[in-house]
Amino acid sequence: MTDREIVIHTSELTKQFDKFVAVDHISFDVYKGEIFGFLGANGAGKTTAMRMLTALSTPTSGQGTVAGYDIKRQPEQIKRNIGYMSQKFSLYEDLKVWENMRLFGGIYGMSESKIKTETENILHRLNIYDERNTVVGELPLGWKQKLSFSISIFHRPKIVFLDEPTGGVDPVTRRQFWELIYKAVEEDITVFVTTHYMDEAEYCDRVSIMVDGKIKALDTPANLRSEFNCENMDEVFQKLARSAKRKGD
Amino acid sequence: MTDILNVVCMEMSNSTKSNIALTIDGLSKSYGEVKAIRSLSFTAEKGEIFGIIGPDGAGKTTLFRILTTLILADKGSATIEGMDIVKDYKQIRQHIGYMPGKFSLYQDMTVEENLKFFATLFGNTIEDNYDLIKDIYQQIEPFKKRRAGKLSGGMKQKLALSCALIHRPNVLFLDEPTTGVDPVSRKEFWDILLRLKKEGITIIVSTPYMDEASLCDRIALIQDGSFLDIDTPKGIIAKFKQELFSVRTDNMHKLLKDLKCYEDISTSYSFGKDYHVTFINNVDEKRFINYLYQRGHSDIYFKKISPNVEDCFMLLSRKIQP
Repeated sequence: MTDREIVIHTSELTKQFDKFVAVDHISFDVYKGEIFGFLGANGAGKTTAMRMLTALSTPTSGQGTVAGYDIKRQPEQIKRNIGYMSQKFSLYEDLKVWENMRLFGGIYGMSESKIKTETENILHRLNIYDERNTVVGELPLGWKQKLSFSISIFHRPKIVFLDEPTGGVDPVTRRQFWELIYKAVEEDITVFVTTHYMDEAEYCDRVSIMVDGKIKALDTPANLRSEFNCENMDEVFQKLARSAKRKGD
Repeated sequence: MTDILNVVCMEMSNSTKSNIALTIDGLSKSYGEVKAIRSLSFTAEKGEIFGIIGPDGAGKTTLFRILTTLILADKGSATIEGMDIVKDYKQIRQHIGYMPGKFSLYQDMTVEENLKFFATLFGNTIEDNYDLIKDIYQQIEPFKKRRAGKLSGGMKQKLALSCALIHRPNVLFLDEPTTGVDPVSRKEFWDILLRLKKEGITIIVSTPYMDEASLCDRIALIQDGSFLDIDTPKGIIAKFKQELFSVRTDNMHKLLKDLKCYEDISTSYSFGKDYHVTFINNVDEKRFINYLYQRGHSDIYFKKISPNVEDCFMLLSRKIQP
């Protein structure tokens, strides 16, 4: 375990807004090829932590590296080496499926030929080749989310950050989405994911649970279940999150 | 003693009035080519929590907007407490509360101003029905001078619910009140709903979370604008006629692929730490477990289980779109 390559490292990472400590000295490592579940109640500090890891926000104190780059000094390199997808951020609704891929490929500086082959790959893999000229806004939500994920790893990033990627998606598509995550992991992409579905917490290799800006637990789902003497991850989450003093979001 | 009298009075009035809070019959609505809802019908009884359960894009919000008299259906009819949603829309608006999925209060008015405004719209004061919202409103009262736009998500939700209740509606429409809300806050919100139900308010609530189904008295499962089934949660589960099994091994990622290669498997879906599987024929347990050993699995756990609402939803949605 210790000789595994570390792709995310944080040490005492902290973000403070005036007197409010949103993220309070968090330290953890994420290993290459891992599915890392980042859980916490609304307002626990997940989004703030994720904004620091994706180099969108600068920490008040503490250190961190993502994909080997320092989050304070090398934000632009980090952005080039990660993928990001959220439930809210979707694709450009008034562009066609292939146009979205062309656009994001271009933004990430991929070559014309690479964009072409990857576009073909995704269209076949998602079984949407016949929809390549469809405007994204007209696709069903489940397809949009799968497409959005595929585009977030279009440039083969080292790490992909998924912020509640399956919110509101139907049960069958939700499961197909996780199969796409497993495929990405087989291709050595590390997955950092937040979710409010506790059954999905079980699909992660390791899970951290944030309470009031601190990481209160971090282990494999099986170890967390036995440590807290719970049947499932929902019970583990309820036990930890109920101790929260912050009443937020 | 007064309690007993109250109960007697309530029973007398119930016997003289209809017990139906809401009836809809063949409601359809299209946006251009897109059929948002297709001939939906159901009846909700007074004082029940009726859940409309399905994913985003299934038609839940369109249905809610028609029932709250904000848009017109193309076809079909509906009545709320005997009032027609088209002819009697003005009276209906006096008797219903609506909390849309998107936060729709005035962002630049304070918490207190919003609540006062909504009370005034219905010719009430905050004090008139304060007892109904007291439990909810007290949690945000310390921030009553703050602008609504500056509240956190959880507090916005509590303010929106307070505003939807301040005129003491008979029927409350909640469109995805718990979407994007963490599991602890979701449980708290449902505790509030169960208390409101005790006040005799009929609650029509939509949600994409299948685990909330069991908290409803009756549910309608919706996908692609059509109801897959309408029943009590227990009734829906009782209709799942196949034998369902839970299986787990030491290598869950590999298990997913191996299950798909086993010719007698009908369906396999991940459910937290297990997979739920059904077989095409009667299960040959020995043969199946042998197969898993051959594929290199160990610590094999295999057990017959009873389905939950999510199992049923997936079975029903498979039937309409194989």
